[in-house]
Order: sequence, then C-alpha cells, then structure tokens
Amino acid sequence: MTKPPSEDDQFRQDNPMAEFLRMERMPHIWCPGCGIGSVVNAFAEAVKKSGIDMDKLAVVSGIGCTGRVAGYVRLDSFHTTHGRAIPFATGLKLANPELKVVVFSGDGDLFGIGGNHFIHAARRNMDLTVICVNNFTYGMTGGQLTPTTPKTANSSTTPYGNYEYPFSLPFLADASGATYVARWTSLQARQVTKSIHEALGHKGFSFIEVIAPCTTLYQRRNRLGDGLDAMEYYKEDAEVAHGVDTRNVDIGFQGKMSVGKFVQREKPTYFESVNEHYANVLGDEYQLYGKTTPERLEEEKKAREEQARRAETP
Amino acid sequence: MPNDVADPKGVLAGPHFMDGDHALAEGALAAGCRFFAGYPITPSTETAERFAERCPSVGGLFIQMEDEIASIAALMGAAWGGQKVMTVTSGPGFSLMMENIGMACMTETPMVIANVQRGGPSTGLPTLTAQQDMMQVRWGSHGDYRIIALVPDSPQECFDLAVEGFNLSEKYRVPVFIMTDETVGHMHEKVVIPPADQIKVIPRKNYDGPKGTYRPYKFNGKDVAPMTKAGDGHRFHVTGLTHDERGYPTLTAEQNKKVVTHLIEKIDSNADDIIRLDEQELEGAEVVVVSYGITSRIAIRAVHLARQAGLKVGVLRLITVWPFPEKRIRDIASKVKAIVVPEINYGQIVLEVERCARAQCKVVSVNSCGGAVHDPQEILTAIQESCR
Repeated sequence: MTKPPSEDDQFRQDNPMAEFLRMERMPHIWCPGCGIGSVVNAFAEAVKKSGIDMDKLAVVSGIGCTGRVAGYVRLDSFHTTHGRAIPFATGLKLANPELKVVVFSGDGDLFGIGGNHFIHAARRNMDLTVICVNNFTYGMTGGQLTPTTPKTANSSTTPYGNYEYPFSLPFLADASGATYVARWTSLQARQVTKSIHEALGHKGFSFIEVIAPCTTLYQRRNRLGDGLDAMEYYKEDAEVAHGVDTRNVDIGFQGKMSVGKFVQREKPTYFESVNEHYANVLGDEYQLYGKTTPERLEEEKKAREEQARRAETP
Repeated sequence: MPNDVADPKGVLAGPHFMDGDHALAEGALAAGCRFFAGYPITPSTETAERFAERCPSVGGLFIQMEDEIASIAALMGAAWGGQKVMTVTSGPGFSLMMENIGMACMTETPMVIANVQRGGPSTGLPTLTAQQDMMQVRWGSHGDYRIIALVPDSPQECFDLAVEGFNLSEKYRVPVFIMTDETVGHMHEKVVIPPADQIKVIPRKNYDGPKGTYRPYKFNGKDVAPMTKAGDGHRFHVTGLTHDERGYPTLTAEQNKKVVTHLIEKIDSNADDIIRLDEQELEGAEVVVVSYGITSRIAIRAVHLARQAGLKVGVLRLITVWPFPEKRIRDIASKVKAIVVPEINYGQIVLEVERCARAQCKVVSVNSCGGAVHDPQEILTAIQESCR
C-alpha cells in the first residue's frame, strides 16, 4: 500500500512553479515581503514564454540573498564566489556557446565586489543576460551600505545616514556598452517578465535592474514599513519613461524612479566578433571546438526555430 | 583516433628550441586544453601569448580577462561548460586567484594553473626568479583541502608536466599547479614534442546515465564522481557551500566532515600514484640533497663537485612537491647523516622535510631571498659541513 502524499508533497506536486524550481529545496530562505521571489517568478514566466529549451539554459549567481536563486531553479545552476558570477558565466558561455546563460544576483554582489567584471562583460557585449535584484542593501550580512544605497538612507554601516553617491545602474550599464538596458520594480511583474523575455531573445549583453524591497533590513531600518508599503511607494513613484536618457535616471531616497526600457541597440556580440575576425584572418580553416562557423550558425538557426516553435505551442 | 592519446591537431610534434613558458602552452594544447583565460603578468605572459597565437588554428579560445580573479572564475565556468582549461600567472596574480582556487577544490573542478614564480613579497622582483610560493600553493586559500603541485626543472619538463598536470586534474577532479619559475620560464632549451599517438591523455569522464540521475559528487575519499557539462540536460547544481552528493547546500558539521575528509583523502590515499621523484645515487649516500625545479640543476653541479672530492652524496629531485613524498623522505632520513635542502626562498619545503625526517638525521637549509639561483659553492659547502 502506498502512503498518501503529505500536504508538503501535494504542495510540491501542484505548485505551478514545480517544473521550474527544485521543489525538494523548498521552503526557500527569503523573508516575508522580500522581492526576490517575484523576480524569480517573472523569470520563470519569461522562460516559458520564450520557448527556450530549459536543458540549454544555465543560471549563475554570486553570493547574497539573490545569490541563492541559482540553488532553487531546476536548471544547470551555479552558486559561485562573491562578485564572480559574471566572469564564471563568461567562461561557461565561451566553453559551450549553445547555452543561454543568465546571471542572477544582487546589487552588492554585482556592483560592489563584482563591479569590475560587470563593466568588462558589458564592454565586450558578451552574450549574457544579467538580472540584478536591487534592494539597496547587503541583506545576507545584515543590512549594510551597498553602491546603490540612496544618499541619506540609513544602513547598519551608515548608522547616521549615507553620505556617499550611489551608482545609477542603467547609466553604468549603458556607458559600459550594454546593448539592452531596462529597469522595473518588483511590483511590475508583467513588465519584468516582458523585459526578461526580450533580454533572453536579445543578442549580446542585456541588463535588467529590478528594484525590490528588503523588508527585514532596508525597510525597517529606514522606517519605511513593510512589503506592502514598498509596493505603494513603487506604485506612486515609479514612472514609466521608455527610451529616456540614462544620465537622468538616478534614484534619490524614496524619490521618483524612472522605469522602463532605456536602451536596445544592435551591435555585434562577442561571439559574432570572434567569428567574423577569425574568418577574415584564417578563412575556412577557422573552427571553434571542432566546428566551423557556418556549422555553428546553422545549429544556432535550428535552435532558434525550435525555440520559436515551442514558444507558439502553449 | 583512440581517446586516450592526444588529438594530433594540438600537437606540434618534433624538436624545438623553446622557452619554458611557451612549452607550457604547447603541453596544454597537447593535453586537449582548448580554453585559456589569463591576465598579463611578468614572467608568465609568454604562455598566454603563445596560447592566444596558437588557439584559433587548433579550435580553441583565448580570452584576456580584466584581472586574475576573473581569469580563474572564467576557468571555473568553462570547466563546467565542458572544456579542459588553463591559466598562467605569477606571485601577485596568484594571490588574487586564491579565493576561486578554494572554490575549485571545494567543487572538485579540474583545471591547470601555472605559476611562473618571481621574487616577492608584493610586487617584489617582477623579472627575477624565486621559489617563494611553494607554501602558498599548498595553504593559500582558506579552509582545509588538498591540491597537486608539480615542479618542472626545464622547458622540456614544462611540456611534459603540463600534459601530466591535465591528466592528474581529470583523474582526481582537483586543480593542479605547475610551479615553475622565472629562470625555467625564460630559459630556451631543446624541447622534443612526441607524436600525438605517443602522448597519453586522460579524457574527461562524463556521466552517461539518464537525465535526472546525475550526482556531481561522491565522498568516498578514493576517487571522484564523473563530470558533466551544462547543456547536457542533467540540470545539476554546483555551489561553494558545503554540499551533499546532489550538490545541494547542506550546512552541518557532519556534512563538512564528509566533504573535507574526501577532499583530503582522495589525494592522500592516492599519493603513491600521484608522486613523481627523480632519484640519483641514493644507494649508500651519506648526504642527500633534496631539491626541486631550477634549484635541482644547481644542486646537481654541487653534487658532482662533492663526489669528485670523494663524498658520498645522492640527489632526490621532487617533481611532485604536493602531495609531499612523506614516506620516501622518512625512509631516506633513516639511512643518511644529513639532508640538505637548497631552495630559492627563506626555507619553505625544508620545514616539510624536517617534519618527515622526524629527527632521524640532520636537516640543513640552504635558503635564499630570491632574485637569483644559488651558487653551486653554497650547496657544496653545506654538503661538506654535513659530512663532517
């Protein structure tokens, strides 16, 4: 006689995210009201809509609360060292060009300790999608200042308020050479999904910043209320401004936030540049990992067609 | 083509006049390495340059990363993307790599890292030789782990040990270090690259079971689970956190014991398979000179002079420094008056020799602060004093 499934088992089986998440690892570590889960949900929706073969999709994270994403998605997934998700992802993509590689990490990881890697991957127009959940703080270590903490905001290492200038991430990405740049808040789930969907289809370096609440640390320390209060702030003060000049999208403490798709441009990607360059220098002799460029382009085309077919069938 | 010999495409068979840095790149290509990420640093840059020049025509990829931290992170990614991978550096860059060297040990990721040693500490002596990173390679990253370190004494051995390094790295899923130095790196000598079918290559062992059954780890302290690569459908997870066989974080003292014991035992229990030594005239020797790398070539000159003077001196050259040949040193110590250990540092491997000798004989350090190889006379004097 088989045992009837427990409530937990039933939950794992019935959850609409079951196909996408490592349900055996639930419950996750994120706090009530945290925005990371919403972004993961949007990512899952975008992946489903895109028709990407999930066997060919890899997620790389660094360290921190958002760094835990890699451990929960049922994909080839890598939880790397602090700040090094992007160079790890670069190696992964270069070793196996047929992969779609997504970096999922936080503001402290990607722009504090890992800032140098971000600008160089963007400069190369490396074929990666980088999703940054920006909660303005280091959550895992207890609410310290990050390079995106707005001026005057309180953190555990700026207990009298922040006097540093923060990065404006879309401006940094744009200036560094990213060819797709968008920003949303975790409230705007559908827009986040749409942007991730577009980014997955974009050739080259795509960057999506999602402003999300850290209720336990940032919200509480700054007396901003709970997750719901954060949603109200986003609803009131996030203004859609597609295509706006990224020089003008700074975020002040509880100030207005420009959101939207700021940049989408065509530029040869890292791999396209490699292929074109060596084809010129070496002619037909050039092969990467045993395959000629036309062979690889043909495979890519087939994969795209297959993906489009899957995207059409619900 | 059988898969346990080199792919002829990467093998520049024949005699060459080549420096050690270039020979490292040729060894890597012969071993099947097709991905190299690096950052320029004297005196190692020539290896990266050689790889960059050669790789398009052998079907590989070279990328110059923004720093050494990024280089080794890219190796991590590329190894799990299915490639055999290598980087090269020197002291300051080696220090920057330490964190991800720990991750490579923890996640049992095969890779080869060459350190063309120069004088330190800090920026030190960029263009001058040293052997000062011999303990750093063993202990440099935090936590308990084991690595394998090989030390070539010539450009020829740079080639040979690069191939051997890749093979050991695949066999034990561990980072392998080629601890060469500025002198060997920049020395031009004859290097004979054998034909491809005479170069033994251990191919990556990839999991071939059904999807959903792959386990990236096993913790038996003897051997390692097969690898797989992202994109093969196994949907596996890798983390630097303490993990179980599935690779999932398992943050308990019990699990850490399983993992750490395995990382250490898989090397220690196979030490006899890993360790390579070059022994000369040990039979009846009263004094043995234990040395490695470029210093062993100076030591051999000193030993010849000593023998001409009628002294009974032998030479033990460590080709493998880590794991350390404990048993052999203990055995030698029980039979000789003294062991003389010249090295281009303030006395690093001599500490290990002292530990293994267990006070059965005198252990004499002939140290140096780096910047130049020894004068054979310094070693000869130590031998003569030890014989008294």
